[in-house]
Amino acid sequence: MKWRQATRSNANLNKVAIVNQIIPFSCVDGPGSRLVIFLQGCNFNCKNCHNPHTIDLCDSCGDCVPTCPKKALTLIADDNNNRVIWDESLCSQCDICLSVCPKQSTPKTQQYSVREILDLIRSQVHFINGVTVSGGEASLQLPFIIALFRAMQSSPDLSHLSCMIDSNGSLSLNGWQQVLPFIQGAMIDLKAWQQDTHHYITGRGNHRIFSTLKMLAELGKLYEVRLLHIPRVSDFDSEVDAVAHYLTQLPSNVRVKLNAFQHHGVTGEALMWPSCTEAQMRQLANDLTQRGVNNLILPDIYL
Amino acid sequence: MTLQERLSQITRDPTLSPKQKSNFLALEADSSLPYVAVSEPVKQAMESGIIGDMFEGHAPFKPRYVLPDYAKYLQQGSEYLELSPAQNLDEALIALTIIYHHVPSVTNIPVFLGQLDEILLPFCQGLDTESLYRKLKLFWIMLDRTLPDAFMHVNIGPTDNIVCRTILRIDAELKQIAPNLTFMYDPQVTPDELLQVATTNICECSKPHIANYPMHANAYDQRGFGIVSCYNSLPLAGGANTLVRLNLKEVALKAKDINDFFDNILPQYCQLTYELINARCSFLHKESNFFNSFLVTEGLIEESRFAPMFGIFGMAEAVNILQGNPELTESHAEKPSPHYGHHQAANELGHKISKALDTIVKSTPVDYGYNGRALLHSQGGISLDKDVTPGVRIPYGTEPNPIAHIKALAEHHQYYTSGISDILTIDETVKSNPQAMFQLCKGALNLGFREFTANVASNDLVRVTGYMVKLSDIARFKEVGSRTNTTGLGAEAAVNTKILERQPRVVAHEMAPSYAK
Ligand code: SF4
Ligand code: SF4
Repeated sequence: MKWRQATRSNANLNKVAIVNQIIPFSCVDGPGSRLVIFLQGCNFNCKNCHNPHTIDLCDSCGDCVPTCPKKALTLIADDNNNRVIWDESLCSQCDICLSVCPKQSTPKTQQYSVREILDLIRSQVHFINGVTVSGGEASLQLPFIIALFRAMQSSPDLSHLSCMIDSNGSLSLNGWQQVLPFIQGAMIDLKAWQQDTHHYITGRGNHRIFSTLKMLAELGKLYEVRLLHIPRVSDFDSEVDAVAHYLTQLPSNVRVKLNAFQHHGVTGEALMWPSCTEAQMRQLANDLTQRGVNNLILPDIYL
Repeated sequence: MTLQERLSQITRDPTLSPKQKSNFLALEADSSLPYVAVSEPVKQAMESGIIGDMFEGHAPFKPRYVLPDYAKYLQQGSEYLELSPAQNLDEALIALTIIYHHVPSVTNIPVFLGQLDEILLPFCQGLDTESLYRKLKLFWIMLDRTLPDAFMHVNIGPTDNIVCRTILRIDAELKQIAPNLTFMYDPQVTPDELLQVATTNICECSKPHIANYPMHANAYDQRGFGIVSCYNSLPLAGGANTLVRLNLKEVALKAKDINDFFDNILPQYCQLTYELINARCSFLHKESNFFNSFLVTEGLIEESRFAPMFGIFGMAEAVNILQGNPELTESHAEKPSPHYGHHQAANELGHKISKALDTIVKSTPVDYGYNGRALLHSQGGISLDKDVTPGVRIPYGTEPNPIAHIKALAEHHQYYTSGISDILTIDETVKSNPQAMFQLCKGALNLGFREFTANVASNDLVRVTGYMVKLSDIARFKEVGSRTNTTGLGAEAAVNTKILERQPRVVAHEMAPSYAK
């Protein structure tokens, strides 16, 4: 029995995630100072995405390899199992590879095991209040997240750190039930109020997101709901009565973060949409406040 | 230009106030005297910019930094100043205001205003919070308007007390450049909540600095220490008689290789640095008659508590040169690069240099020192420095993320007894998340930082190389410039652009130590 437990925990520590980026110190991904792990891959296809190359997984077609001016990419072909390897130390971050990728993906991802992430967290444990897993869509790599947070909480030197997920809310309730025991809270994006609008922006409906919000709110695990304001495209302003009513029903400690749509990193038709000015943001905030929404967080920066 | 011509140019300068002119005239007079006697090799090292005296003058007639025992002064009054002991807060504040004008320093403005909470607390009994707030606020405004120097330093903490809290409140509210402020943090004494107030202030106005109190206190005796000027830690009731600094970049350029650097070149230039230190101290202590001052006779300072500061700068360049690294550019910042601040081996070579300096400074006797020794200092730069990074800092614009930044430099901090400053630039998202600043600060002190200094990227008050400037001042000047560019013509434009060159009212005198034109 003991032996079986040991192998199970080893298997957990060896679980691997495809990581787009790790930021050691972030002030905007949950309470306090946080290490943030951005996982590669998303199941939404938001027109407004600021990091579109985090959406799809690289299929190792190799197209980007010869275009790299620094020879940081190599294609390893072993019997119909190709793999593109990225050498970070050679890369100049010119992003040519991103621009040629037919899948709009990136070769610049790395695999991290739970064990490796734990080492990373330990190396800076005094500087942070917690760890946030973000994306892409974090919940697509749920088994990894559960293994990581479980390992953190069973390590005496890491168990004080809070564990959070930043998600588009599309995970099934069953999925949330599995991960909830291991997280202190979640930050959920709500991209639009009306079904149609949400579909237009993200390519998906928003039923799942409302179910997610409801469940997290009931269980006290909803840290923050994020509304992205895209003037004339998103509908939080035109539906402000309904939106405000909904938000005031949430537990009073839930933060409502308003994000202003900006063009930075955006590709395709969303570049035709107007970016959100500070005045427009304040207008929406005012409209919500007048309707009783109190815990608004406005952006620090407008680009 | 002859001396007379230079003096005459200063008297006519359109951008200087009369007081600023007087200062520069005095500096010119001082530098027209013969330099204190030094050997030929020292002269050469000074001429080629390897060692320097920071423009303290040719005949040092006052110490660089003076830290009077203000508590004693308030308790006993002063015969020389004809003041009886202070009886209440008003008298104490006036007594301080008076003595500040009699405390010399390299800039003629006192760099140390005292451990204000500790010395004022005895006078605050029975005073209500609002009156205390009003009185201290006026005092704060007075300091900024009459002693306008960003290097003038107040200390508070580590205990939790009403004066400390009121000063933090006022400082965040007024957001003045002066005075500079250090908050002492002692994990055994300071409640986390108070540190949180202080770190929240940093998000507001990039002040205070947070000093690692136990680390500083252990370096000095019972009589204590103070943090003055640009993060110099010095004995209380004493100070620094001189600051001589060594340009590690230039030293590295002289070395054939790493071994030559450690075995020959570095010790050789340290020797010359010591010669200059002793020559300058000898004039100050033996010939200038400074130590006849009432500050000495009334027991507010003691000659034996003055130490020379052995300053260094250009560590980053020295390491990169010794390792043969290619020229550093901003694109190295976010990726693995072999450079100082970014690579383990480079950082470790830096630590080794600091350790070697520490060994030299702790074992080399000086004629006039604290326990017979100089104190090692990581020097924060002056405005004349080009292509060389202050102290042991990571070159500006190439700093890694704040945690990597702290980890790269923490190891140095144990060696720099008389102060070291690393400025962490934090992006403005921290403003709505002060908890993050708090945690970063605790992490840094926990890792052995002597002093935690952070700059929030969007704050109006911004640290340049250790002192503060107001961004809105710069913006206002820019605005004037653009208006004259479009409307002004000819002579009018020329006259108006002079406004752009006018020295800001509050400046950091140490940064521009000589008349530049
Ligand atoms: S960004 Fe891509 S193309 Fe550019 S150097 Fe790095 S791997 Fe190569
Ligand atoms: S990143 Fe894109 S182009 Fe490069 S191998 Fe992967 S799928 Fe192909």
